[in-house]
Amino acid sequence: MNFTSVHMFSDVPLSWYLLLSAALFALGVVGFLIKRNLITVFMSIELMLNGVNLSFVTFAHQWHAVKGQIFVFFVMMVAAAEAAVGLAIIIAVFRARSTLAVDRIDLMKL
Amino acid sequence: MHLVLFLIFAGFCLAGAINLLIQRHPITSALSLIVVMTSLAVLYLLLGAEFLAAAQVIVYAGAIMVLFTFVVMLLNAGREERTLGSRAAIVLGFPAVVVILALVATIILHAQGLGTAALREGITSTQDLSTVLFTNLLLPFEVTSVLILVAILGAVALARRGDGERTEGQ
Amino acid sequence: MTLLQFFLWSLLKVVVVSVILLMGVAYTVLLERKLVGRIQNRWGPSRVGPFGLLQPLVDGAKSFLKEDIIPTAVYRPLYLLAPIIGLSCAMISIAVVPFGNPAITGSGGFRFFEISDVNIGLLVILGITSIGVYGIALAGWSSNNKYSLLGSLRSSAQLISYELALGLSLVGVVLLAGNLNLRVIVESQAKHGIFSWNLFGGFQFVAFFIYLMAAYAETNRSPFDLPEAESELTAGYHTEYSSMKFAMFFMSEYANMITVGCVATLLFLGGWTSPFGNLLPAPHNIFLQSILPIFWFVLKVFSFLFLYVWVRGTLPRFRYDQLMNFGWRYLMPLAILNIVATSLWLAYRS
Repeated sequence: MNFTSVHMFSDVPLSWYLLLSAALFALGVVGFLIKRNLITVFMSIELMLNGVNLSFVTFAHQWHAVKGQIFVFFVMMVAAAEAAVGLAIIIAVFRARSTLAVDRIDLMKL
Repeated sequence: MHLVLFLIFAGFCLAGAINLLIQRHPITSALSLIVVMTSLAVLYLLLGAEFLAAAQVIVYAGAIMVLFTFVVMLLNAGREERTLGSRAAIVLGFPAVVVILALVATIILHAQGLGTAALREGITSTQDLSTVLFTNLLLPFEVTSVLILVAILGAVALARRGDGERTEGQ
Repeated sequence: MTLLQFFLWSLLKVVVVSVILLMGVAYTVLLERKLVGRIQNRWGPSRVGPFGLLQPLVDGAKSFLKEDIIPTAVYRPLYLLAPIIGLSCAMISIAVVPFGNPAITGSGGFRFFEISDVNIGLLVILGITSIGVYGIALAGWSSNNKYSLLGSLRSSAQLISYELALGLSLVGVVLLAGNLNLRVIVESQAKHGIFSWNLFGGFQFVAFFIYLMAAYAETNRSPFDLPEAESELTAGYHTEYSSMKFAMFFMSEYANMITVGCVATLLFLGGWTSPFGNLLPAPHNIFLQSILPIFWFVLKVFSFLFLYVWVRGTLPRFRYDQLMNFGWRYLMPLAILNIVATSLWLAYRS
């Protein structure tokens, strides 16, 4: 489709995508440090992974390299495997300690 | 057009990420993360990665986050508390991360050679992606399938009740 | 055409298709009631209007006017959000479905009979189906009711299990067509009429039956409707919903049926192409050229829905463990075998 009235300043510099990716990663790190619920900490890890995926896709666009996108694909697969095992661990921890608060499960002694 | 779409969906990403941190109940954090993931899928579309956008929605937002949501619902974790540890982490954690973000942002903004992205440019077709995936990178692909098999076995082994545990009536 | 014109024309397409979809949903309910009634040797609704044809309007009015009860202990934000997620996911998939002749275009390549032509159309539909699970999961959890929670967990587990078989059964079709774009998949079935449809000429009958069964499970319909059977779990995940919100869940189930029917006709039954193929000469009148493909498409979707209701009226429902066993241990390996067989056949053929 060709549009006859689109403004031409609508190209987005790729550095903005990288800034967004860095911001998502930083927010993921903040979440990992400050949240006190085990599941929310795990979700911050997923947020960090997503931020990194965005920067991979940005560079894949920059260098017209498909391998960047394939790496994102692999990161997704690893994140899926990690989520499955991590959530199983969280369920096992909950069964043993009956709580998900990070401050209460930080000692090996009950 | 690209600028408008980028600003809207980048706004959703950041709003979702900040909401993840602010919310006290894990189920709303999970829903905010789903918003982040679907907005990221749109951003991948803007960068021409069509298959990845679909994979992001199907795998991340539609499977991994369903897993998270199930666990939150089943364990019924409840709201978080403000403890001494969490206050210390907020006081120390926030400034540290702001410093890291400032450093990374400075590096990015001074980078040379970064181009721009426009709509309908650099669209990677599924065929290109799959050609490389199944010829050059076939070995990592097969290893990934073994990894997922191992993860399935591990998850089942970890989450089931062990043979030594007693159920209520015994 | 300018951007503004494009937006306005697209908005018009979206409004027309949504209205037709919602009318389709209402009349699918009527179709089901009348057909199940006939299977059970009784008339369906036949009093309101001739042959009961005004029954959906009356049902809609009843749903609107019922009292809207919200229990006090529900988690309100998610309780109100869940039916919205369910209905919107059921209706979004129709946006990538081409229902008419794509050769008829407006100025600047504007397609009339397709809301959007996406290169990954099939994956969009699979993705939206995956997101639709949240409507059910959140509805059950936010209702603060143990029967709702159990019903929604069972239903969500059923949905995500059969999504696998659904997706894998479609891979055979994608292998044959070589493209994920739904329009291209239909165009690859257009050569010899009924014999080049993927169901017959493409030998995808096994895939079609896997898709059929996975679709019955995905839309929570008989024989897989344990999560919402009244005798089992007091209506499952929508126990605590009343009036408009319940109507939204109800509509989303039928809209999902129609979407699944559209995808089945596009991928297996040749979409908008006529079963006579090139035997009959193409009409020269542009009006006939537009209407005839839509007629074939609607006829095929209707026959798929007929099959849906027929199965509902005939078969008893599965028990939950039988259901999960069937999905994981029979359908999924069979779908993988279908992929292997199709790729071997394609490799041998070329």
